[in-house]
Amino acid sequence: MIRLDGVDLSLAGTDVLDGVSLSVERGEFVALVGPNGAGKTTLLRAIQGILDPDAGRVTLGGERVSDLSASAVGRRVATVPQDTSVGFSFTAEQVVEMGRTPHRSRLDWSDDTDTVEAAMERTGTLPFRERVVDSLSGGERQRVVLARALAQEPDGLLLDEPTANLDINHQIQVLELVSELVCEGRAALAAIHDLDLAARLCDRLLLLSDGRVRARGPPGRVLADPTLADAFDTETAVSRNRVTGTHRITALPDRPDRSGRVHVVGGGAGGVTTLRTLWRAGYEVSLGPVPEGDVAASLAADLGLRTVTAPAFEQPADSECAAARDLARTADTLVVAGHDAGVVADRADEVPHVRVDLGGSGLRRTAGDGGETRVVGSETELLAAVDTYMNG
Amino acid sequence: MRILFRTAVWSAALFAALVATVLASTTVGSVNLDIGTVARAVLNTLAYPSGVSVESSQLGLGERVVQVPVPDISYTRPFGFEVAETDQIIVQKIRLPRIALGAVVGFALGTAGAVMQGFFRNPMADPSIIGVSSGAAVGAVATIAFPVAIPFGLQTAAFFGAVLSAFGVYFLATEDGRTPVATLLLAGLAVQTFLGAVVSFLLLRSGEGLEEAILWLMGTLRYSNWGHVEATLPLAVLFFIILLVYARDLNVMLLGEEEALALGIEVERTKRLLLVASALITAAAVAVAGIIGFVGLVIPHIMRLLVGPDHRILVPTSALAGATFLVLADTVARAGTAMPVGIVTAAVGAPFFLFLLRNREVHAL
Repeated sequence: MIRLDGVDLSLAGTDVLDGVSLSVERGEFVALVGPNGAGKTTLLRAIQGILDPDAGRVTLGGERVSDLSASAVGRRVATVPQDTSVGFSFTAEQVVEMGRTPHRSRLDWSDDTDTVEAAMERTGTLPFRERVVDSLSGGERQRVVLARALAQEPDGLLLDEPTANLDINHQIQVLELVSELVCEGRAALAAIHDLDLAARLCDRLLLLSDGRVRARGPPGRVLADPTLADAFDTETAVSRNRVTGTHRITALPDRPDRSGRVHVVGGGAGGVTTLRTLWRAGYEVSLGPVPEGDVAASLAADLGLRTVTAPAFEQPADSECAAARDLARTADTLVVAGHDAGVVADRADEVPHVRVDLGGSGLRRTAGDGGETRVVGSETELLAAVDTYMNG
Repeated sequence: MRILFRTAVWSAALFAALVATVLASTTVGSVNLDIGTVARAVLNTLAYPSGVSVESSQLGLGERVVQVPVPDISYTRPFGFEVAETDQIIVQKIRLPRIALGAVVGFALGTAGAVMQGFFRNPMADPSIIGVSSGAAVGAVATIAFPVAIPFGLQTAAFFGAVLSAFGVYFLATEDGRTPVATLLLAGLAVQTFLGAVVSFLLLRSGEGLEEAILWLMGTLRYSNWGHVEATLPLAVLFFIILLVYARDLNVMLLGEEEALALGIEVERTKRLLLVASALITAAAVAVAGIIGFVGLVIPHIMRLLVGPDHRILVPTSALAGATFLVLADTVARAGTAMPVGIVTAAVGAPFFLFLLRNREVHAL
């Protein structure tokens, strides 16, 4: 339905789009993600025919946009912009009726009541049809604009940050409505800056950065793609939203540089705090062995840490113990989070290590024979102790 | 069809008000006439074009004399009521040309004002905003300062001054085939200021014509005749029809240019057309009546309060209300002190506008 082939476009001498190809078919909801200034809005404008590409072609339903009249484009795709203030006191119904413009001749002053009412019914905007658009709330107004897009009876929807000014509940409402419309056989391409929302409601993501498509595919794959972190110039962690079961991405704060690797033994809440503290401090962290499904194990997976896991409720197998021991042996510092150093205990007793007792469960000093051991009870103490070991 | 129905009802009502105002205004003057006499005399004056013949007229070009074909339109008068000859002359030759011209000028200014406020999405916009009035002023004052002996010289010069100035503003504000509205507004302001300087200079040089020039600048219908009406009415009707046809496009353009484009409006072409038609309809009005302020600003505002923002109803109602308002204002001007009507429109319009501003929601569009 919507198709771009090798589109180059420059604005005021700056290349904004560089060889962009994409296609959105009917029944597909594709999110265009990428940092500010990546070219998302320019891309949408090129599809509408507002901007002409320098090279490549943009087609809508097989016909080049540049060959289509404005009203022919308006019958194929409808646009939902980010900013929807209207000015002059048009009522919601009048605004929706304007969606019929590409279908009617200039002299046709009829109302098209059926189509307009159906579009308003669909978007839940009928209750305020007589109200002046500018007196509506942002969420109501955005639904009115969506109703207008529906009244256009288009095959494709282009949405530019349709949820940017909305409350969290309206964001979901609007995007779910788009999702339903897509299920009925329309194509939708939306620039969305909220990656979690995009991953939750869209079929595919398309990562645009510096005018190029850097990654494309199902949400999980694109979010986990290392180019995503590069594009946004920040470290990211991809996890699953436990409520919706969809992918969730977290931009991680900048970490200071600290050299050295810390191996952490022990899972549970204490393991999680230890991991988080050391990771945020800038150390390379490894973990293991921990039971599969342990919270510490899933945090380590989100952060992409080297981890040794063992099946839950079982003793770790020999191979797992060996792998964990290897990690512990090659680490610069060992931290034991919990009562027992477990399978790496022998190693733990040999080398200096830090024992952490964040739960305040009365961990006693249990220094082994060969190694110096410190017991710490808070995140600050933990970091201070590790720093001391690292710096010799 | 609701909008068509509403437009028809409102337009019919306002047209009736206009006719009543015209009749009432015709009774006013140094000789009092009763309304019945006036109505019969006005009907006697009505004429429609019934035929065209081509005559040749001699035009001197240097030493040569050229025969130029000139269309001669013959009119038929359908009514022949019994009216005293002096009364018929007072109505037909003295009062009615001025009243009819007032109606046509008010109609044109109301139309242009409604369109310009929508076009610029700005409540302060009026027909003069794209430099039309100041261009007309330069043309008019120049012919007063340096008289030329051609019929309707002042009106012709004012008309072309207005059109040239509007096109100048348009081309100054256009780059790569796009005319941003904000640039147009600023270019219009700059050109108005510059032409204002030219007008001031011409006024200093106008000598004995100074009073005439100032009267023209204030806007007056004093020098009106049927020739003015015949020249202005067809232009006003033609451009009114064009603007009315594009009223729906203007509605959509209020959403913003990109959204209008997404809704299938060829934005740049529509803007060009709206500008040209508004400039020409305003030029036709100011050429014969001088610079009459406030009609194009206040009337569309009042009508928007009454009928809403849809230009399909706003443009025709503003036109008819503008015509009625200007006939009323000129009646005051005639009956009272023989002031220029521009003073009356501003003196009545400004307080009324302030009243609206304080009492109703006029502060926003």
